[in-house]
Amino acid sequence: MKTTQQLEKQLKRRSKAAKLEIFGRVISLTALLLIVAVVVAIIGFVASKGIATFTSNHVNLWDFLSGKKWNPGITDANGKPEVGALPMIVGSFLITILSAIVATPFAIGTAVFMNEISPNRGAKILQPVTELLVGIPSVVYGFIGLSVVVPTTRALFGGSGFGILSGTCVLFVMILPTVTSMSADALRAVPRYYREASLALGATQWQTIYKVVLRAATPGLMTAVVFGMARAFGEALAVQMVIGNAALMPNSLVSPSSTLTSVLTTGIGNTVMGSLQNNALWSLALVLLLMSLVFNLIIRLIGRKGRLQ
Amino acid sequence: MNSKTQNKVAIGSLYGIAGLVVLILLALLGYILVSGVPQLSWHFLTAPGKAFLKGGGVGIQLFNSFYLLILAMLISFPIALGAAIYLYEYAKDNWLTTTIRTAIEILSSLPSVVVGLFGFLFFVVKLHLGFSILSGAFALTFFNLPLLTRSIEDSLRTVSDVQREGGLALGLSRWETVTRVILPAAVPSILTGVILSAGRVFGEAAALIYTAGQSAPALNFTDWNPFNISSPLNPMRPAETLAVHIWKINSEGIMPDAKAISSGSSAVLVIAILLFNFAARYLGKRLYKRLTSA
Repeated sequence: MKTTQQLEKQLKRRSKAAKLEIFGRVISLTALLLIVAVVVAIIGFVASKGIATFTSNHVNLWDFLSGKKWNPGITDANGKPEVGALPMIVGSFLITILSAIVATPFAIGTAVFMNEISPNRGAKILQPVTELLVGIPSVVYGFIGLSVVVPTTRALFGGSGFGILSGTCVLFVMILPTVTSMSADALRAVPRYYREASLALGATQWQTIYKVVLRAATPGLMTAVVFGMARAFGEALAVQMVIGNAALMPNSLVSPSSTLTSVLTTGIGNTVMGSLQNNALWSLALVLLLMSLVFNLIIRLIGRKGRLQ
Repeated sequence: MNSKTQNKVAIGSLYGIAGLVVLILLALLGYILVSGVPQLSWHFLTAPGKAFLKGGGVGIQLFNSFYLLILAMLISFPIALGAAIYLYEYAKDNWLTTTIRTAIEILSSLPSVVVGLFGFLFFVVKLHLGFSILSGAFALTFFNLPLLTRSIEDSLRTVSDVQREGGLALGLSRWETVTRVILPAAVPSILTGVILSAGRVFGEAAALIYTAGQSAPALNFTDWNPFNISSPLNPMRPAETLAVHIWKINSEGIMPDAKAISSGSSAVLVIAILLFNFAARYLGKRLYKRLTSA
């Protein structure tokens, strides 16, 4: 005969299923928190390294952002190290904006074509091809840039062929599939009755596309373009292979220059940890990180605005 | 110009743009395959590389690529699966969940070179793992986690709520519902996501330059003891992958046939990714037919 105490214990004990439930919850929550920890660690580590240039090497933040001479190993006439990051910042922005300007009309035009004009051919040819090209590794784009784009630029404009123009061409082709497939998604999200209403009012197909569909899809299209820009800004190897890697202010589109990512990929391995040369590179990485946060913020703001409409 | 001619002109130019884009994309694919496929041979795919002479292969790099891919997927899949399950099945819709989602989104938008640099700082330098397969696998994991998590979450979303309610109504706990009912139904779509992300990982180079290293020491393919330094399975050896190899020989290489080797390697990468894509589509459809009554 069981005492009441034993009975109480038995009833209050967690069942096997309840234990399993707690186990599953804890396991999956741990995995999630691990990802969050990774994000925090990445930002924390890169930020602490990047700030060292300004705190322990006492470089002026403004000098860093506006200086035009990048030569961290050498000190200038005033005894200050030459760590002007402006050439790289300008290079990165120039290449990003130019490639986005070139890619946007092509990407949106193609997305409109495969969604509005010829959905059949779009689904059969364009969509699989763009999806496949999204997955092509960036080094392959870089290699093609090196063996096709650079010689072509050299033949057309003289000089070495390395520079902003070649970088823009490579990035244009690289972000084209991404922006196209995201734009197509944005267009697909426009309800069908918008088009029907417009056509029923007697609008031509182009008027419907231009005045109704594109307007309704604007937030999505902007997200696609900003996403492409973020990808272009952060791309390292493909750009590094065709940009020429000279840390100079770009004075023309065909002169060798550099971007934040190209200096990082070539420099980090050749400097000593903890030295000013190395810290300055980490500051560039921090700029890169902050810019990717900014792009993220812009995408968020566009998304919120899109929802409010 | 009246609206009808305007319409014709506009539609015509859209045809032009789309045609041009198709042309660019096909030319790109064609160039890779036409210049690369003639380089491919059994020797090229299996022989070790030569630093100064012609006729080297990419055998070691190819092995490294697959080994790193498998390790990275082994580490990232359970984490991504757990995170996706918590996010979709457990998490309440509050500020904390939103913050966590934002964090994952930030991780997915970080340039891969930044992820690689963090891997260098943390695993290579701080944890003294050196340039090794393990460091590389962790860096690839970070690179892969956000996208894989999102794709698994999307797969869970495709399973209808009726199935969840059914499981709970039968008296199963939430966890049992997830593992016994939801996951089997979501397997085809999860698998598709995993294979597609494998394609991305396979071609990644920027995150690996400073984590897995840029050298491919000779391997002894008869020694499968992971603790020997020349064993292919040793996770502590530096390992240059195929994608890194293309970058390396084009920016610093001195071998006379660098261009031929890069063309061949590019073709191998692209063909591998093509295969990943087809496999994802085919297996996804096949499994879906098998596992459901559809």
